[in-house]
Amino acid sequence: MSTVVPKLVTREFTSPDASHVEDYSIRTNELNLWYGDFQALMNVSVNIKKGIITGLIGPSGCGKTTLLRCFNRINERYGNVTTTGDIEILDKNIYDADVSVRQLRRSVGMVFQRPNPLPISIYDNVLFGMGIHDAFKSLPKSERNDIVENALREVDLWSTVKDRLKSRATTLTLEQQQKLCIARLLPLKPDIILMDEPCSALDAEGIEKVETLIESLRDEYTVVIVTHNMAQARRATDECIFMLLGEIIEHTKTSEMFLNPQHEKTEMYIQGRYG
Amino acid sequence: MSESSPTTSQGFSLRRGIEKVIDFTEPAVVGLIHLCGWSAIIFVMAIFFFVFKESLPAITGLEEGAIQGEVEQLDLVEFTTSPKWIPESAKKPTFGILALMVGTLSVTILSMVIAVPLGLGAAVYVSEFARGKPREILKVLIELLAAIPSVVWGFIGLVVLNPMLVDMTGEPVGLNILNAGIVLALMSVPIIVSVSEDALRAVPDSFREAGIALGANRWEMVYKVLFPAAKNGLLAAVLLGIGRGIGETMAVLMCTGHSVMMPTSIFDPVRTLTATIAAELGEAVRGDMHYHTLFLIGVVLFVFAFIINLTADLIVKGIKVQGNE
Repeated sequence: MSTVVPKLVTREFTSPDASHVEDYSIRTNELNLWYGDFQALMNVSVNIKKGIITGLIGPSGCGKTTLLRCFNRINERYGNVTTTGDIEILDKNIYDADVSVRQLRRSVGMVFQRPNPLPISIYDNVLFGMGIHDAFKSLPKSERNDIVENALREVDLWSTVKDRLKSRATTLTLEQQQKLCIARLLPLKPDIILMDEPCSALDAEGIEKVETLIESLRDEYTVVIVTHNMAQARRATDECIFMLLGEIIEHTKTSEMFLNPQHEKTEMYIQGRYG
Repeated sequence: MSESSPTTSQGFSLRRGIEKVIDFTEPAVVGLIHLCGWSAIIFVMAIFFFVFKESLPAITGLEEGAIQGEVEQLDLVEFTTSPKWIPESAKKPTFGILALMVGTLSVTILSMVIAVPLGLGAAVYVSEFARGKPREILKVLIELLAAIPSVVWGFIGLVVLNPMLVDMTGEPVGLNILNAGIVLALMSVPIIVSVSEDALRAVPDSFREAGIALGANRWEMVYKVLFPAAKNGLLAAVLLGIGRGIGETMAVLMCTGHSVMMPTSIFDPVRTLTATIAAELGEAVRGDMHYHTLFLIGVVLFVFAFIINLTADLIVKGIKVQGNE
């Protein structure tokens, strides 16, 4: 997919060592986005590193979910969205004419706020993405079973559901449903997994389990996670991006941000003084 | 203000007076609402009872109209298996409804073959693809389509479709299964569209996003996400369409050609159960075998409707049970 030579032009956001461009999974440059007349993102330039968990934090309406939804171009399903600027995913501008949105969404998976397994069986949910992307019918049944088992094992769901793979996915608990939503991305072997407040519908125990799962995805996948929960951002992320009113205010290591925020607004937000 | 905030004893007594009136009218209103609820059941039962009662003499036998003192009785085997419907024959009246049943079923099936894809497609378009003005206009037009009286549809079949079919198929007459099937399909489309559009719109948006985020294009999203998610509602839409098809009378009376025969192709004219009742009940001598047999056809139609509704119920319940396991 990434046949284009990586652009090595110096940008203000480029890391000090510009030769390690491939270390970034997502790079945006001067990204602006409007819903109708309302500008939701303003000159967002950000580099998200490969193989780590990056948190997007900020008060409601700051554009963090909008930014996340740019990365797989799912924003475009609302007709009134205008975007300017570049988004490079794996060194390929996703707004280039030769980009297949289908392939983009294959390598950039998404997990939603409310668990949304489809109202089909658990088994079929895991294979749903395969059915869309692959010459699926040629796969022998045993191989399909292996794919389902591996995906469910990876999210620590196999032992719970292995005896009822054919029952409806919507009968699972919310925590299990959210794990299933992660599991169904895995057969597609994505590079990046976007998560939009993946724990906000879960109880404390579910949050802990899903967080453990998210941490286990580190290294193999680049994870970008939007969260409202400061404690979660602190626990579960390696780097944090703080956004306010459509702009990036600060982007540092999570430990740095929480111990030693550079901006007054960041400090006020993470201390819970507003937002 | 003073009535609503009882600060004086007079205020209290005024409120009490109003409450007394409410105490009195409340049971009456509750009773009325109960009556409204039960009336539907009462009416259906009353209709069923009346039709059944009027059809019964055909089965049990009938004395007054009998020739030469014999007890006249309907041969039920002949009734269900004979394609011959000659009720007014002076020599030997024959009451066989096989051809009529085949007529009803063939017209209904053909109309569904046309109307289900058309209706589902229109529902998908209205609920998923059309936006803004076109969508609103379409919805109004589809509702308007449902408001056209069936005799107007019959007229269209007779005057517009008939010569067109003659031109296109080369048949001498264009009043046949195909004509009635097309007209009936157009009549059933609005109901299929509106019920299945509701079903599609009831699918949570999160399902759509799940499908899209996994790379599905819009068609795959409709086919692989929406259809499974909305299948109960879509099934209900199709069954309502079938119910409409079996029960429709005036349009099929005008478009089928209304001739009793076992069809061999869709270019053959047929006659339906409903059209037979409509056309002959006014002519039949009240109380004779023909009259009672027409009511027995009504019972057959009841049975059809009952089977369809029961099937729908069972399928919907079956899906639910599966979902709850």
